[in-house]
Amino acid sequence: MPQSRRQKLAVRFREFLPGESVIDQPTSLAAYECDGLSAYREQPLLVLLPETVEQVQQVMRLCHEERLPVVSRGAGTSLSGGALPHAEGVVLSLAKMSRILKVDHLSRLAVVEPGVRNLAISEAVSSQGLYYAPDPSSQIACTIGGNVAENAGGVHCLKYGLTLHNILALKLVAADGEIFEIDQRSLQSDGYDLMPLLVGSEGMLAIVVEVTVKLLPIPRCARVVMGVFDSVEKAGDSVAAIIAEGIIPAGVEMMDNLAIRAAEDFVHAGYPVDAEAILICELDGTGEEVVTQIERVEEVLKKGGAVETRLARDEAERLLFWSGRKAAFPAVGRISPDYYCIDGTIPRKSLSAVLAGVRELSGQYGLRVANVFHAGDGNLHPLILYDSNNEGELEKTEELGSKILQLCIHHGGTITGEHGVGVEKLGEMCVQFGEPERNQFHAIRECFDPLRLLNPGKAIPTLARCAEFNAMHVHNGELRFPELERF
Amino acid sequence: MDAIADVDIGAELATQVAAVAAAGGAVEIVGSGSKRFYGEPIEALPIEVAAHSGVIDYDPAELVITLRAGCRLREVEALLARNRQMFGFEPPYFGVDATIGGMVASGLAGPRRAFAGSIRDFVLGAKILDGRGETMQFGGRVIKNVAGFDVSRLLVGSLGTLGVILEVSIRVIPMFETEATLVFRHDSADEHIRWVNQLGSEPYPISASAWSGGLSHLRLSGSEQGVCHATGQLGGDPVTPEWDAIREQSHEFFVPDQPLTRISLPSACTDLSPQAPQMIEWGGAQRWLYGDVDIDSLRRQADPLGGSVCAFRGHASEIRVFHPPAPALLKLQRGIKSSFDPAGIFNVGKLYPEL
Ligand SMILES: Cc1cc2nc3c(=O)[nH]c(=O)nc-3n(C[C@H](O)[C@H](O)[C@H](O)COP(=O)(O)OP(=O)(O)OC[C@H]3O[C@@H](n4cnc5c(N)ncnc54)[C@H](O)[C@@H]3O)c2cc1C
Repeated sequence: MPQSRRQKLAVRFREFLPGESVIDQPTSLAAYECDGLSAYREQPLLVLLPETVEQVQQVMRLCHEERLPVVSRGAGTSLSGGALPHAEGVVLSLAKMSRILKVDHLSRLAVVEPGVRNLAISEAVSSQGLYYAPDPSSQIACTIGGNVAENAGGVHCLKYGLTLHNILALKLVAADGEIFEIDQRSLQSDGYDLMPLLVGSEGMLAIVVEVTVKLLPIPRCARVVMGVFDSVEKAGDSVAAIIAEGIIPAGVEMMDNLAIRAAEDFVHAGYPVDAEAILICELDGTGEEVVTQIERVEEVLKKGGAVETRLARDEAERLLFWSGRKAAFPAVGRISPDYYCIDGTIPRKSLSAVLAGVRELSGQYGLRVANVFHAGDGNLHPLILYDSNNEGELEKTEELGSKILQLCIHHGGTITGEHGVGVEKLGEMCVQFGEPERNQFHAIRECFDPLRLLNPGKAIPTLARCAEFNAMHVHNGELRFPELERF
Repeated sequence: MDAIADVDIGAELATQVAAVAAAGGAVEIVGSGSKRFYGEPIEALPIEVAAHSGVIDYDPAELVITLRAGCRLREVEALLARNRQMFGFEPPYFGVDATIGGMVASGLAGPRRAFAGSIRDFVLGAKILDGRGETMQFGGRVIKNVAGFDVSRLLVGSLGTLGVILEVSIRVIPMFETEATLVFRHDSADEHIRWVNQLGSEPYPISASAWSGGLSHLRLSGSEQGVCHATGQLGGDPVTPEWDAIREQSHEFFVPDQPLTRISLPSACTDLSPQAPQMIEWGGAQRWLYGDVDIDSLRRQADPLGGSVCAFRGHASEIRVFHPPAPALLKLQRGIKSSFDPAGIFNVGKLYPEL
């Protein structure tokens, strides 16, 4: 990009943004080159950090006039390259809009700016006995705007739902700078329900500038039981068995041996390092209720072949059990130069079959895979361990990842449960969806953003992209799993 | 145990739609007709979906059921009950033969709505026929899925204006161990609204609330221990539950032959006090009014409060059924409608005269 265009544009944005809110120096731009999927990098023309809704509107008007692509950004923790900059566009960071505008205790809601961190909401209302339920593992850092854009989930979404289920209203700025609002505080909205379209739209339909979140009363009691297994399959089957028992735990997480050892080394949570798998199951509610349910879960775990069950004795031990799970990603980061996180979701009944398939693929590719994931939701997170300094290893890793995702589709699942498509899974979108569906996605986008300025090139593959992907992945003239219905 | 009929007429429906599209015609999508009253009256060739029936997939341990749209709600609820499961949103029937397609398209939910979620919250995937007669499939059968825009949930409440719903996958929940209904005295609507919202900040297992004629009813659902504990703390008197009658609007409050209006407001809102008998559900968010009311004036009052007013049943024909949308939202909805149904053949005018 010629320096002059960058500088000319910077001058124009500085007409309404404070000088320091327009970043145009390559050294400072570098911090925005990638998100959590660091294998993909791009330098944007500019990074803009508006502080008010009005400034966001002004930014959008100018971008609209100049036909500048706009990539919104919260904390940049996306694992799918959703916030990867566009070389000829701007990054619109919402990080400075980080105020909690209102907490309404009687209505159990909070109105917040998009740059508020997920955990900051629960911290701000905990003294009132309330909290915001969705708790992605990245909750210390990620923003509510990013959560809305990705429909983020967390450890507790089996019982409490995803971001979509915990949002009451959104204020948005459209691609042309106009404001519109979706208000569902009254629980009934006439006309088309645009909320599910906007939540999870990966910054491609509008910019989220204000979020009204639902707050829940903190449960009186929460207890955790750990099931220790000598086989991954037994652990996987036990997850389905708990649900079949009619119990909805607040969360059920699973870790395999590689993940257990990495986490134990890192945080010393007291995990059994010889186990092939552990399940961490949390139940919440009133004290009496939790006591009886946890006994039933323990029984299911034992019947399912758990060699041991451990009940956290007190709150300190409950948090200790969780600490290993919560630190699992960074823990895996310590045992490998790089790791690549996959996000397929499958029906729970297929957990053991798919985990076995992943192990087989891991052997074929000669790459280690650690599993730590939201088992209750059937949401896998195989972490492929690799070293980007080894020639061709990233490519091999990506190919293995793609194989794992196609295996998930094969078992009636989906290529992304919560991390989004971003730039990462464009190819697999061509396997999961047929051309009519993909065309429909493009048509919906057109309604919101006819000039396609918002996060172009992400989430929905073009026809050409799919032709290319299929050409690469069609062997002997046959698509993998041709017998499958695509959904 | 009567099985649900397994009849796939998807191909015939696609042929019908394609023929109508080619001829430049228009259709009204009809299930059993139980909720046909909901929305603007329209006149078009009926396209009958009720025969398209069958359970495509149901494994109770997955907590998901996939159904053809013509399945009778009654039969599906019986199937779920045999497995000690149910729909979380407690859908109203308004007719014994109510179908799953109509349930999704109308988006109507019952007393548990405010406490468990709406139909939209539970829909996971759908297969539809668009206005070109093309079959498309969105979402899936797993509870977490962010691949592509969430079209299956957009269909909820779209009243058949986007396409023919052929199949849906819906998340189900386990039945509760036990339930109890308690009654409390609150003379005014405002008193009830404050009380029920205050209860919401405590972790009680509330699953329904209703107020009319000075009495608040509260339903608790959950484990034996949880419900017992809450009953002990809340006080109130146990009563025979009437939730089914409230859901079906056969409760004595719902006087036949008079216009029925639905006001939706943020649950704690007490700034709109209509002069007509009220039934307040959903923790304060859903308020039914009986008798002649000035809808336009109510709409003007509800707008700045974040609410909406629906002329639900029995209103004069010149009154719009649904709350008119803000211009920006109407524009988006028109775009979306024509992206699914470019020639405008499905339920035209049913939602808004402009759609
Ligand atoms: C260690 C780790 C653990 C994680 N665990 C989880 C987990 O448990 N569950 C889970 O769901 N995710 C998880 N994630 C992924 C990530 O944290 C989430 O996707 C999160 O929602 C992203 O938020 P963010 O603020 O970082 O958004 P960013 O990464 O900045 O952006 C994400 C996407 O949202 C768009 N966007 C951001 N802000 C806005 C806005 N205001 N308006 C419109 N579009 C916007 C961007 O354009 C981009 O497409 C994890 C990530 C890491 C690194």
